[in-house]
Order: sequence, then C-alpha cells, then structure tokens
Amino acid sequence: MAASSERSPPPFPDLEEPELLEDSDEGADAFTGTSISEMDSPSPDTSRPPKDIFNEPPEDIFSDPLSNINSEPQKKVDAKISSPSSDEAVDLFSEPLDDDSEVMSSPEVQNPMPDLLSEPKSGVLGEPPVQKNAARQQDVFEEPPKGSSKSSSVKKAASAEMLGDDDEEEDLFKEPPKVVTRKPQPSGPPVDVFTEVKSDVKVKPQVKDDPTDLFSEEALTAPAPKPSANSSSSSRTNGVHSEEQDLFSEATVELSLDSPRNDRKKDAVKPSVSAPAAPEASSSSKAPSKTLEELEEEESEDKFDLNISVTNPEKVGDGMNAYMAYKVSTQTSLTMFRSKTFTVRRRFSDFLGLFEKLSEKHSQNGYIIPPPPEKSILGMTKVKVGKEDPSSAEFVERRRAALERYLQRVVCHPSLLQDPDVREFLEKEELPRAVSTQALSGAGFLKMLNKATDAVSKMTIKMNEQDVWFDEKIQDVENEEQHLRKLHVMVESLVNHRKELSGNTAVFAKSVAMLGSSEDNTALSRALSQLAEVEDRIEQLHQEQASNDFFTFSELLADYIRLLGAVRGCFDQRMKAWQRWQDAENMLQKKRETEAKLLWANKPDKLQQAKDEIAEWEAKVTQYERDFERISATVRKEVIRFDKEKARDFKRQIIKYLESVLHSQQQMIKYWEAFLPEAKAIA
Amino acid sequence: MTSISEDSDKEKMRSVSVDLNNDASLVIDIPDALCERDKVKFTVHTKTTLSSFQKPEFSVPRQHEDFIWLHDTIVETEEYAGFIIPPAPPKPDFEGPREKMHKLGEGESSMTKEEYAKMKQELEAEYLAVFKKTVQVHEVFLQRLSSHPMFRKDRNFQIFLEYDQDLSVRRKNAKEMFGGFFKNMVKSADEVLISGVKEVDEFFEQEKNFLLDYSIKIKDATAKAEKMTRSHKIADDYNHISGALNNTAADNNTAFKKHLEKCAEVFEKLRKVEDRMASDQELKLTELLRYYTRDIQAAKDLLYRRARALADYENSNKALDKARLKGKDVAQAEENQKQCLQKFDKLSESGKKELTSFKARRVVAFRKNLIEMTELEIKHAKNSVSLLQGSIEILKSN
Repeated sequence: MAASSERSPPPFPDLEEPELLEDSDEGADAFTGTSISEMDSPSPDTSRPPKDIFNEPPEDIFSDPLSNINSEPQKKVDAKISSPSSDEAVDLFSEPLDDDSEVMSSPEVQNPMPDLLSEPKSGVLGEPPVQKNAARQQDVFEEPPKGSSKSSSVKKAASAEMLGDDDEEEDLFKEPPKVVTRKPQPSGPPVDVFTEVKSDVKVKPQVKDDPTDLFSEEALTAPAPKPSANSSSSSRTNGVHSEEQDLFSEATVELSLDSPRNDRKKDAVKPSVSAPAAPEASSSSKAPSKTLEELEEEESEDKFDLNISVTNPEKVGDGMNAYMAYKVSTQTSLTMFRSKTFTVRRRFSDFLGLFEKLSEKHSQNGYIIPPPPEKSILGMTKVKVGKEDPSSAEFVERRRAALERYLQRVVCHPSLLQDPDVREFLEKEELPRAVSTQALSGAGFLKMLNKATDAVSKMTIKMNEQDVWFDEKIQDVENEEQHLRKLHVMVESLVNHRKELSGNTAVFAKSVAMLGSSEDNTALSRALSQLAEVEDRIEQLHQEQASNDFFTFSELLADYIRLLGAVRGCFDQRMKAWQRWQDAENMLQKKRETEAKLLWANKPDKLQQAKDEIAEWEAKVTQYERDFERISATVRKEVIRFDKEKARDFKRQIIKYLESVLHSQQQMIKYWEAFLPEAKAIA
Repeated sequence: MTSISEDSDKEKMRSVSVDLNNDASLVIDIPDALCERDKVKFTVHTKTTLSSFQKPEFSVPRQHEDFIWLHDTIVETEEYAGFIIPPAPPKPDFEGPREKMHKLGEGESSMTKEEYAKMKQELEAEYLAVFKKTVQVHEVFLQRLSSHPMFRKDRNFQIFLEYDQDLSVRRKNAKEMFGGFFKNMVKSADEVLISGVKEVDEFFEQEKNFLLDYSIKIKDATAKAEKMTRSHKIADDYNHISGALNNTAADNNTAFKKHLEKCAEVFEKLRKVEDRMASDQELKLTELLRYYTRDIQAAKDLLYRRARALADYENSNKALDKARLKGKDVAQAEENQKQCLQKFDKLSESGKKELTSFKARRVVAFRKNLIEMTELEIKHAKNSVSLLQGSIEILKSN
C-alpha cells in the first residue's frame, strides 16, 4: 500500500476530481490513507461559514439546542441524552425556520468534507459526467453527508434510533424550500451551506424517484448526483410532499451505506479489489473475510524476487566493546533497489534498531512486525571474552541464522518491504548507530517500564469483543502459543538427549576401541576396532542430527513463539485503538452532559465553548472509530497472511527436518552395511 | 500389538549366545514364568534321555534364589575348581518399570485418556522386555550347566531340575551375607598376595594378563554401553513431540492442522522404530557385554583357584623341606605336597581346556551378536528411511 508515501497536502475537491478520475483505485487508496490530514485541513474552511450563519440569526438560544438535537440524530447517541433533547426539540420545532439552515449546516459542515473525500468518492467517481459543473460538485458534497455522517456510526442497531430521530428531521424538512429561497440573498460566502441544504432536499426526491436503487444498496451513491444536478426546482416541490417516504428510505440508505462503506474500507486496504459485491449488512462481516482470503491467495502467488542472506559473522574490536558484524547480502530484481546485488555490513544492534523503527511506525497500524532474536548478554559476553570456544561459535551461528530468518521475514511482508528504513538497512553503506537497543541502557529501562505499563493497561482494558472472528482468533493464538511452547520444550529436550547420546556414543566408541586392542583374537579385535569406528561415525551423525534438531526444528518453534507474541501485540494495538475510541465516546458524552447542564442552568456564555468541545470530540470519535476499523481490517489481513505464511514455513521446515533425519538414517545404513562383513569375518 | 511376533523372534535369537553342545540327552528351557510381587517363579522344563533321571520329561517351579543356591553349591564343590563355573544369573530387576508404573498411577488424573493408555502400553512393553530378559538369563545359566560334561552330572543340579516340590532354599541371612562379603574380601586380598607367586606355565601367565586387562576393559565398555543405551531416550522425545504436535493440531483449524497431524504421525512412527533400535542395541550389545563381564569374572575365579592351588603346592613344598630338615612328619608333608601337586596339575589341565573353550565360545558369541545387531540396525534404519521418504512425499504433495 502506498498510503504513507502519498501523503500529500490535501487538494481541493474540485482540483482533485479529474486526477482521481484517471486512476480511481489509487485515489481511493490515497484517501483512506490521508483522510486524517485531509480531515483537519479542509474543516477550517467549511466551519467558517456556519459561524457566519450563527452570527446572523440573533437568537443564540435557538441555535444551541438545535445543534444539540442535530448532532443527536446524526450521531445516534444513546437514549440518555436524546430524552432531554427531545423536550427541547418541541420548542425547536415550533420555530424551525431559521434553525433549519443551521441544523443542516452547522453540524454537518464539521464532517462532511472529509467524509466525502474519503468515502463516497468512489461512487462519485464511477459517474463520469459529474465534473466541470460547479453545481454538480456541490451535489457531490451535499448528497453524501447524510450517508457519511450517519455511517460514521457503524452500529446497525442505530438504524432504529434513526427512525425515531427522523421525526425531528421530518419537521426540519417541512420548511426547507423557504430556507433555501430566503437565505441565499442575505449572505454571499455561506452559499455553500445553503446549497447544501437545498441539495439535501434535492437528494431526497431523487432518492424517492428511484426507490429500487435505494434498496439495491450499491447503486445508491452512483445515481445520486445525477438527477440533482438540474432538478433544483422540481425537487423542491418533491421534497415537500415526500417526507414520509424519505424517512424510510433514509433508514435504508443508512443501512446500505454501512456495508459498502465497510467494503470500501477493505477496498482501500487492498486496492486490487474491484467494486464490492455489496453484501447485505448482516452478512457483510462474513463476506470481507472471504474476499480477503482470496486476496491472500493472489498475493501469495506473486513472490518477491528478493534473496537476503546474512553471512560472515566477524568479531570487530576487542574486549567488552567488541561486537559481531554480519554481512547482509541482497539479491533482487526489484526495481525499487538501486542494483541487483549489494552487500552491507551490519551489527546486531542495527538489526534491533531496524525493528525499533519499524514497530514505531507500523505497529499502531496493526502490522505484524517480525521480531528479531533476543539480546543475549551471556552469549555475547562469552563471544567477547572467549577465544575459540565451540559454545560461542554455536551461539554466533545460531544468531546469524536467526538474523537471516528475521530479515527474510521482514522483506516477505509486502508493506514492510516498502518501508524506506528497510531499504536503507539493506542498501546504505553506513547506518547511523542504533541507540536505545542496549538491554541495560537507560532507554532499555524505559522500554521495560513502558512494557510494564502496557501490560497493566492491557489487563485493565475489558474489551467486549463484537467481532467473533477476533474473539476466536485471539483465543487460538494464545492456545497455539502455549502449545508451541510445550512443543519447544520437548524439542529442546530431544536436542539435549541427542547430544547426550552423541557424547555417550563417543565414550563407548573409545571404550570398544580399548577392548578391541586387548582382544587376543585377531579377527575379533579387528571387528571391535571397526565397531569403534562405526560408533564414532554414528556419534558424528548424532551430533549433526542434534544440530539439525536445533536449527531446523527448535529454532523454528522459537521463531514462531516470538512471532505469535508479535501477533498478540497486534491484537493489543487493536484493543488500544478500541479503547481510544471508547474513551473519546465517553468524553463526548460527558461533554454533552455538561452542555445539557449548562443549558439547564441557563449559562449561555459557556455554552459556545461546550459546543465547540462537543464538535471537537465528535470529530475525534469519528476519527478514532475509523482508526479502529482500519486497524481491525489490517490486523485481520495480517493475521490471515501470517497463518498462510506460517503453514508454508512449517511445511517447508518440517520437510527439511525430516530430510535431515532421512539423511542421517541413510548414513547409518551405510555405516552398518560396511561393518557387516567385518562382523562376519570374525572367526 | 505388532511387536509380538518380533518379540518372539528376539526370544529365538537368544540375547546371549553360548557355545552349547546340541546334545539332545538333556534339554532344559524355561517356557513360563510368573511374577508375584518381587518374586519371580520360573517354570523349569526338562527333557532328557539320561537314566539318572526318573522321568524323561518334567517341569518344576523354581525361584531366583534357587538358582543362586545351585550356583553357590557348584562353586563350593572342590571337584569343580578346575572349571569355569557359569556365572549366576543377576537378580531380576523390575524396579525401573515398576516405579514408572507407580508414577503413572499417580499421574493418571493429570493425563488425557490417550496419553495414559499410550504410557501404560509402553510401560507394559518395557516390563515385558525386562521380564523376558530375566527369563533368558536364567535359562542360559541352566543350559550352560546342562551342556557341560561335568556339571550335567552334578547331583545338586539334578535335584534342582527334578525335585517337584519347592526347594525352599533359605534366603541367606545377615550373617551369611556378611560371611560372603568377608570371603570376597579375603579372596581379593589373597589374590593380591598370591599374585606375587611366580607363574610356572606360560599359557596361564599370558591368560592371566589377558583376562585381567580384558576384564577391566569389558567392564568399562559395559558401563559405557549401558550409559549409551540408557541415554537413548530419543524415542521418548519423539513420543512427546508427537503428542505435543497432536495437541497443537487439535486446537487449530487452518491449513496448518494438516501439517501438524502428519508431522505427529511421522514422529509416532519414528518413535516405534527408534524404540526398537534402542532395545535391540540393548539386547544384542549391552547384554552381550554384560554377560561376558560376568563370564570373564568366572574365568578369573578359575585362575584364582589355580593360583591358590599353586601357592598351596609351593607352601607344601616348603613345608616338606622344613619337615625333612627337622626329620619330623616327613611322610605327612610328603603326602600333603603330593596332593597339592596333584590338585594343581588337575586344575591346570582342566583350566587350560576350559579357558581355550571359553575363548572360542566368546569369539563365536561376539560374532553372532555383532552380526545380529548390525543386521537389526540396518533393518531399522531402512525402515525409518522408507517411512521418512513416504512421509516427505506426502507432505510435499499436499
């Protein structure tokens, strides 16, 4: 995904449109990727007009409760707030004239732009004749806010509330013609706002005009702008007498918007998906996962041509400041690299530094970042101090292999491969020294502290999981990790036992050789020394097999235990995103409550501030919710990818392992077959 | 269980081969044995054409202690001093499997049904193996006695075979145990003492040096072989890995599951092969070394007895010289000296024969066992090769 690289200053919608037309896929991608920044930047522009409007109507009292009400139907907050507000609504509706314009404009203006840009675009884009005409562009903006602001709350249950809320809207819409006709004259700049209101009305008739479109969800956004472009006058009349129908259609619109939106989200995550199949809202959760798997299938087929090897561990320096440097060689035909083959020298902390950078950038997005091998103070100290010790040689080899696997896993990840840091790591001659990777440094301590606090907060967060898939997967991952841990212990003991056996075989071989030398029967003596030789070779076999047990099997398990930890980290990131969203939601509620209190206490001076805060938190809630959805989608995709990768990796390694066992058994046959004539020669 | 046929195979291929003359006049086997608590009751079955027995065929129940009694009486018989007395069978040792069985019973609640069943089956197999080995060792002892031209005519041996009641041999009491221990001490000390006696026969000098050296080496080799076979726990690990893989597979429902299950299956099969490999190694190699450690000890005992007789003879010579000097009890001393010489000559003569046959027997036994072990190793390795090849094919194809 090119999300991060395409983070450019958000262009104005009209400028953007033609560009988008050229490449709709990337456009959609870019939008989801940049929605945050875009959301922030256009909003000041759009929020200005409403302020003007606020100034124009003299009655503050009216405007305040109004926005309150307005935000409710659109945000679908719980019944708690809606009950007091409905009281106010009664007042409101008695004098809805001026307020209507505000109702329509003020709350929506906050969000519609970004929403528009990020979501319903694709629908718009599907419609070539939309551009050039300013009026149409307005339509583009105006039509979707309904859907988008509503869709901001994903809960499908909300639709029921929506129906209730519609009572208010119904009233609002009773008057729109007047508003529309009246307002344009007094003010120049807020034209947008008014046209918005107007078009809102317009949309509705259109919606009513082809109800079939409505229910065939997908079509909704596409046909929307079409009629609205030229039918401003007729729509007015339509709007007046079609309210009831609109209400219901709205409800459906909302539902239907939900599912395409979700799909589009996935769409954005995975650009190659063509128009979503628009599944029913209820089944939408199921469908995407399937398509994702299919996608995975596709993805797994296009292999990166990228071979990385870590070789030549070399001790640099002396004493405690010594370190091991490794040769990282890359072989690739990918055009993103400067050449086809290149080699750099990296030290262990560079590998750790790469991981730190990657996890800083990507872990909050829900990526599974392959963890590097752990620091081992003991092992490294041995290497630093020890001269030529077999155990330290084994340690170095073990680490070298682990680092190689780590890098291979990093570049296997399509998104991580795109990361400039990865490229830099592989290509750049000199890397700035990675700091804060020392286990015993102050930064290391801080990291530990952070981890501890994370663990605590993880325990305190009680997430009521809505998504069955995640619920099961989290459980699965935990179980699997436990099983793998057990398995790892078993394999470790296999390694140890085999080493022990190897040692004992060597001792026995020596002993048999001695026995052979004492034997006075020549043939038997010869056979015994032959047997000693065979046992010696078998000892070598055991030794090799033990290292195969370790490198191909045990290390594989160790890797996956670490990787499963990373997967759990992803789930935690998702949970954190959820928590942030929930916190914002709670905050928003509190703000609303304060506002209600202020209203009750009749303190108009503080009301504006409270309102601003609400708006601010509403934006945050929307954003966090979207963040959460995005991370959920990413994590899901990542986990599916991980599972695939894991199955493949295991299969490959197991085959490799079994082949090593096979080889040692074949050798065994050879050795014994060579011995057999010797044994038979004893006479 | 598929291993039954294999096991009976093993029984036929005796773990310890001794050079038995295939004389049908006295055939002894132990077709059955019963294990009661820590006592093992062997059924000793004899078929004979010898007239010294009342019936041509009979079976009697005997315990391990009876075998020890028989061995001891033969050792104590002066007549047999010139022979290598077949080593007594070692005490049945069921401690290992029994302890494990006990542990298994305790851990029953913490295991799944399959795990428990598997463990139990394994233990039973292990128990059975130990049991069979024990029976064989006892059988071999009797067969060696029966194949020996002198021992087969031994009265005690015939009683042992024929008397259809319990022999009700007293277990050695504490005093006797201590006495035995003391005797051994004296013997060792004596061995050191008489080692200074100058050997007159080159054959025995050579044989002595060889046996002393060989005994040390074979003891060492036995210990090392035991250690090696004991550390052959790979089968256990395979078993655990297979179980853990299955557990992992049980909680999984992705494509991963299939690999895990297949893998578990492979390990389970490998376990069986590895298990047999280990037990065959134990039976063919370790058991052989163990038996010859004991047999060499018996040969060394013969040398000791001969050396003792030589020392006695020399002492009697000195005594005779003294007596002649003093002119007192000369006749008695002469008589004594003559007896000692006679005994020594007899011992030397039969000892030479025994040691030569022992050597031939040992070589044949080593040959047989080494060939068998090698063949089994090849067979098992081939088994695992074909097993692995098949599994790799299957894994690759799906």
